[in-house]
Amino acid sequence: MSNRLPQPYDDIPGTTIFDAHMAREGYHLNQFAMSLMKAPNRERFRADERTYLDTWPMSEDQKQAVLARDYNRMMALGGNVYFLAKIFSTDGLSFQHAAATMTGMTQEEYRDMMLNGGRSPEGNLYKKEGE
Amino acid sequence: MARITAGVATSHVPAIGAAIDLGKTEEAYWKPLFEGYEYVKEWIRETRPDVIFLVYNDHATAFDMNFIPTFALGCAEAFKPADEGWGPRPVPTVKGHPELAAHIAQSLIQDDFDLTIINEMDVDHGLTVPLSLVFGQPEEWPCLVIPFAVNVVLYPPPSGQRCYDLGKALRKAVESFPADLNVQVWGTGGMSHQLQGPRAGLINKEFDNEFLDRLVDDAPALAREPHIRYVREAGSEGVELVMWLIMRGALDDKVAVKKRFYHVPASNTAVGHLVLENKGG
Repeated sequence: MSNRLPQPYDDIPGTTIFDAHMAREGYHLNQFAMSLMKAPNRERFRADERTYLDTWPMSEDQKQAVLARDYNRMMALGGNVYFLAKIFSTDGLSFQHAAATMTGMTQEEYRDMMLNGGRSPEGNLYKKEGE
Repeated sequence: MARITAGVATSHVPAIGAAIDLGKTEEAYWKPLFEGYEYVKEWIRETRPDVIFLVYNDHATAFDMNFIPTFALGCAEAFKPADEGWGPRPVPTVKGHPELAAHIAQSLIQDDFDLTIINEMDVDHGLTVPLSLVFGQPEEWPCLVIPFAVNVVLYPPPSGQRCYDLGKALRKAVESFPADLNVQVWGTGGMSHQLQGPRAGLINKEFDNEFLDRLVDDAPALAREPHIRYVREAGSEGVELVMWLIMRGALDDKVAVKKRFYHVPASNTAVGHLVLENKGG
């Protein structure tokens, strides 16, 4: 049973708020990602991702999400986007590219959406609106 | 005596820093954004602050998940531009004002703001992009800077009210410093943006413009807006806007708007910018 209390932001669609509860769950995932700020660690990760991940006490789900570069899954497992950014930077990908993958859009579609003023708040503020 | 004369607010999108560093400011994508900062470049040459108290947030650069200070005051002599994974930005080292910073620490903590004091810290785009937007690309930054890092990465960040009240206590601290210094307070981050999840790319022009209006004329009530309004309406990263309330709290109740600018997009983000001067009262 979860000891997490319901929060007012639980009904924001398509959004994981990185709160203290998520941060606890994602601690090792985020610290792994942070380690990629150092070039020697990036090299070790690139050389053998699985072996490098196994040096961190992360859950198997978290490791699989990293290997699959499934950013939504990583965030559901406690990852924070500023930490996860170290992973896509290691892959040579931009923030806009990573954001696009989280929305299911191509990078081009996403870029065009931003050029046209971004995602509208209409229908995107409450989960029940989208139902 | 030292005095706070003006405030500047601006977004601090990393892609803006990259555009400056890579000489892309004249490109069609970026030109309209940089035109919005021409006024402040002229204004800063006239107003010549001695010290900028620069409110920003670290983005998993100086602080990892081991230490997460809510309010961190940079008390060092100097702060190097951080390597955020692709080498440090080619910008000057930031020179602090340790004596004023120590005085502010003494005063704010006695006023019940439990600060974390930082004596060694690299500063990321959150701090250096605003400096580049206002000062361009000088050999040295033309004034001293006290970095003030606010946690807005781990939820909950401090409330808008807490930030606004901290601004007021900051003013009291600065005004009790004996040396004659012209101090500006800058608030950075925002405006609406969400960098994560299926809702990434959210931009809320209505919210942003209401925030800009109310920051000028209705700040005490704006400070009472709860976090949920920011994260729901301005996006999970839009909550950075609470930092602007520290700047606003440090100014007079009535301010003159010297510049207001709003632009979409810079990468994933709506960009907002204000230049405010004290009007007295």
